Amino acid sequence: MTNAELTKETSAASNIRRIAGMDEEGEQLSEINPVSSPLGGAAAKSHSHGAGAGIPDSSRAGRLTSYQVADFPAITGREEDWRFTPLKRLRGLDRLALDGAAPTVEVLKPDAVTIETVGREDARIGSAGIPDDRVSAAAWGAFAEATVITVPANFDGRSEEQVTTVTLTGAGHAPAASHVFVHAKANSDAVVVLDHRGSAVVSENVEILVADGARLTVVSIQDWADGTTHASSQQMKIGRDAKLKHVVVNLGGDLVRINPSARFAGTGGDVEMYGLYFADAGQHFEQRIFVDHSVPNCKSRVTYKGALQGKDAHSVWVGDVLIRKEAEGTDTYEMNRNLILTQGARADSVPNLEIETGLIEGAGHASATGRFDDEQLFYLQARGIPEDVARRLVVRGFLNEIIQQIKVPALEERLRDAVEHELKAGSL
Amino acid sequence: MSTLEIKDLHVSIDTEQGKKPILKGVSLSINSGETHAIMGPNGSGKSTLASTIAGHPRYVVDSGSITLDGEDVLAMSVDKRARAGLFLAMQYPVEIPGVTVTNFLRTAKTAIDGEAPKLRTWTKDVKDAMAQLRIEPEFAARNVNEGFSGGEKKRHEILQLELFKPKFAILDETDSGLDVDALKVVSEGVMRANEDGTMGTLLITHYTRILRYIKPDFVHVFVDGNIAEQGGPELADRLEAEGYDRFLPAAAQA
Repeated sequence: MTNAELTKETSAASNIRRIAGMDEEGEQLSEINPVSSPLGGAAAKSHSHGAGAGIPDSSRAGRLTSYQVADFPAITGREEDWRFTPLKRLRGLDRLALDGAAPTVEVLKPDAVTIETVGREDARIGSAGIPDDRVSAAAWGAFAEATVITVPANFDGRSEEQVTTVTLTGAGHAPAASHVFVHAKANSDAVVVLDHRGSAVVSENVEILVADGARLTVVSIQDWADGTTHASSQQMKIGRDAKLKHVVVNLGGDLVRINPSARFAGTGGDVEMYGLYFADAGQHFEQRIFVDHSVPNCKSRVTYKGALQGKDAHSVWVGDVLIRKEAEGTDTYEMNRNLILTQGARADSVPNLEIETGLIEGAGHASATGRFDDEQLFYLQARGIPEDVARRLVVRGFLNEIIQQIKVPALEERLRDAVEHELKAGSL
Repeated sequence: MSTLEIKDLHVSIDTEQGKKPILKGVSLSINSGETHAIMGPNGSGKSTLASTIAGHPRYVVDSGSITLDGEDVLAMSVDKRARAGLFLAMQYPVEIPGVTVTNFLRTAKTAIDGEAPKLRTWTKDVKDAMAQLRIEPEFAARNVNEGFSGGEKKRHEILQLELFKPKFAILDETDSGLDVDALKVVSEGVMRANEDGTMGTLLITHYTRILRYIKPDFVHVFVDGNIAEQGGPELADRLEAEGYDRFLPAAAQA
């Protein structure tokens, strides 16, 4: 590649690990990664202090989890988890005391949804998540109070007026910690938007607990001002027959690293994870997804799309899907697509699929990173479409696939405008 | 009445081995309502002529001219040429991910006409044209050329020809890879586009079979980057019987 540096690890780094001795029926299963492992179903419920007994870096199941930052060694940049991240631009989130002012919280909500500000000792904290990296653990140790959003049982909030919007406005560049808990109670149906704005250096933990039979959409928008560093571990626990749609939108900030991970607490759970990012010159947008199938008959779909323009625009997408041996009947597919619009931008894309049982419905992944190519441009121009319109047409179409999943018209409109704005800023 | 005039056109491409001349002094004049067939063996430069008229950046014009009613086509950008009334039905149409056929057709029509088409008539025009070309309605919602078969791509090209109504259509091997039925459907589409007899057509083909459906007024035989012989429709019949052997240098004849 002469123009844009493309890294396609699709074939090289996509790990389909099959356990030795396992036949197609998945009968002779090994004892690796039992439910009792740190990331097993139970671990997400009870606090598990101390280092997990794992096999670091060889399987996603072996990743260390702890609420104590001291359990995590200092980050060197050589770790699988950190190898793409420019550590200097973390601005100390991995090593300084996170005692700066947390982003301020403003809420627009329907009456039935409740918002509380609670202390660290609140029983709900930790019931949906446990840090699995040092920056997340640092925030867990440092946050002063958490914002808890509760959707009551049987709430029907599908109409647009019923959307809950939590605006988190950065309070400056002193390293800070933030904690948000979203609780959708049984059989509720709601949309919660986490709208990150302003300037910040912040490590955030978001716990999302979806009770049995509930349907929840969470949209996390990162529309930060320039110079912002934001690390966010968003851990979801999905109950029996519950459905979670999780959408990550990265538009602004210097370094934004979002780690959404989904776990299932009962059979019949369904998670759809979408992501949209538009990285400009110098921006580093990283998203590391983990779907842990440890329960039978659950479904997951991961679809992330990104556009990049300008010198040193960098996106990282890592999609880890683990199908444990207990998770028979799993149905999973993950996909990442990148569109590189100019020279000097770089997209890294690494799908990983680990399968420990053959008794599944389906498992697959796809990754493609392409340049906006001259033949496409020629085709559109040969139909009378001016070059700038042609470029916008392609990018808009490419990203619209994600935007149209949100199903909140005002929000879709805002994101379409944001994409237009990016395209204009990049003089495309 | 319009005229597309090509005069003493020399075109080359840059290769790793250096500059390679392909067209070596082509002259050709096409008037509204006329159908010209350009025939010739593979590698003779037929498709290069088509792509050069449309303005593909790969082809470098070394000398000569292309004018449309006296206007310098070579000075126009690719999109301006299309808006001036030139249409190239491509041999290998590319996929445009994320852009639906509906959106693409409307955007292109708006660009070509300089104003958005009337929504109600436009939707009907598109639907009717698709039906006549035996294109399934669900193609409207699919991304341009994505996952289309070879025949579907060619039909999509002719759909655009019918909807955009150019002054001059250049069909670059539109017949290749089509079975007899598809060839008939596509040929009928081309003839519909020229219903009022005002469209000039440059039909580039290796085979004579499409000429059974679209009758050329003139036939030009391309050999080694130039026109080796020209005549009326009877020349196509002779090529059908004899092939291109007599145009090739003795050494190349098997």
